[in-house]
Amino acid sequence: MIEFDLSLSRAGHNSGDGFRLAMAGRIDDGEFLTLFGPSGVGKSTLLRLIAGLEKPSAGTLKVDGETWCDAARGMHKPPQQRSVGFVFQDYALFPTMTVSDNVRYAAGRGESAWVGELLELTRLSALAERKPHELSGGQQQRVALARALARRPRLLLLDEPLSALDLSLRLMLQQELQELHQRFGLTTILVSHDLSEVFRLSHRVMVCEHGRIVRHGHPRDVFIGQAPSRDRLSLSGELLAKRRSDVVWILTLLVGQDIVEVIATDEEADALEPGMRLAISTRAFSPLLMPAGG
Amino acid sequence: MFADLDWGPLWLTAELATITTAILFVVGVPLAGWIAHSRSRAKPLVETLVSMPLVLPPSVLGFYLLLTLSPNNAFGAWLARTFDLRLVFTFEGLVVGSVLYSLPFMVQPVQAALSNLPPSLREASYTLGKSRLATFWRIELPSVRPALLVGTVMSFAHTVGEFGVVLMIGGNIPDQTRVASIAIYNEVEVHNYSGANAYSMVLVAFCFAIVFLLNWLNRRHKVVLR
Repeated sequence: MIEFDLSLSRAGHNSGDGFRLAMAGRIDDGEFLTLFGPSGVGKSTLLRLIAGLEKPSAGTLKVDGETWCDAARGMHKPPQQRSVGFVFQDYALFPTMTVSDNVRYAAGRGESAWVGELLELTRLSALAERKPHELSGGQQQRVALARALARRPRLLLLDEPLSALDLSLRLMLQQELQELHQRFGLTTILVSHDLSEVFRLSHRVMVCEHGRIVRHGHPRDVFIGQAPSRDRLSLSGELLAKRRSDVVWILTLLVGQDIVEVIATDEEADALEPGMRLAISTRAFSPLLMPAGG
Repeated sequence: MFADLDWGPLWLTAELATITTAILFVVGVPLAGWIAHSRSRAKPLVETLVSMPLVLPPSVLGFYLLLTLSPNNAFGAWLARTFDLRLVFTFEGLVVGSVLYSLPFMVQPVQAALSNLPPSLREASYTLGKSRLATFWRIELPSVRPALLVGTVMSFAHTVGEFGVVLMIGGNIPDQTRVASIAIYNEVEVHNYSGANAYSMVLVAFCFAIVFLLNWLNRRHKVVLR
């Protein structure tokens, strides 16, 4: 189990634009936890604090009863001595090493069989002798994952590993991530700002805002629970255009990756300009549901 | 023109440049690493000192080296007493002067390349349990190979071309301190323009080859490393 109660303050260039983080929580063994929130709220910083890449200004971090960090006592285990696998947003693959050398560097000597198994598992065996710059984004992501697993860490930390990839690849890799998590049962913390990712992968989500964890729980409880009413369908989108048609206005909205059109009255349309974010709420009663196909 | 040329100064130049470059590689690369990653308060000072030879007149550097290393002064006397080392008007003295004078040419490109590496490369290596030294040696240095090459070639070329420092602390002793650039000056002094021309042409050819090689390497690395 991981118990953390960490804070970090950083002075900004001007007074008032400094950064303050104060987050506390517990993570169970084998749990898949997501840190969710917009960028700049401290999700990645929390991950870096746990990995030992940043020092907190105050607080403690315990993993399985072992203290990794205790700011009051000036105790801070260096990242080398923390059993973590870290997947960076930019993957941070070593550019001069081949795929298998990247993994072997992490695994250490005499681990050829394990390296081979990892490459097999992440479907990289055929690419073992390639250099990172010869790989696609999804393949690079898999190398980063295999490398992070190579030391058999207690804790897997994933810093928006899928955000740079397109949708279909992301879905595929989410699936793989889920399979790897089931296979190794590793306690995993994922930083994400993609709701579908949170729903698909995590047992629990912590929602971060302004350097704090504001809500946590099962994704369904956290996100559906906050909808204005449970019998309504609530969406959020961006207004792309509005045009007049006879007596009403037609609004063109971007919801997720879909473009939809809805009707608005004069009064409503007057208050809206293209580019604005909108919350759309409608009755959830008896919608037409059908499989969309792949 | 080349038939009766004394090749001694050219060989001496090559020897000086080779030894200087080797020392610079051993000293300059760790120094570049320290400057690139250090958060010490001394960093701006060290950075400034390393870059000083770029703007300082070589004769000034040579003059102070001459004073410092002279056996008439405390440091020079101590060197002579303790190590039996005399650095004024000797080849060893030239090496010391050249190392200081060419230091920025090794340190700056390597430091710039190290600073430009994404920090996540180092951090990834740390989270994989590797020490700072192992990370520097196995991850960072291989990733800045082009800069190491540029630094090495530039240090060598710059040492070949130096004049002021060498003249101040080395003088003009045949087979000891008379390097090619001094030899040219010497030939002109005695109105032997043909000799001066021969040395000069060798240096022109050498410098052209060096710059050409550098450009070629740069282009090749851009292709390889994208």
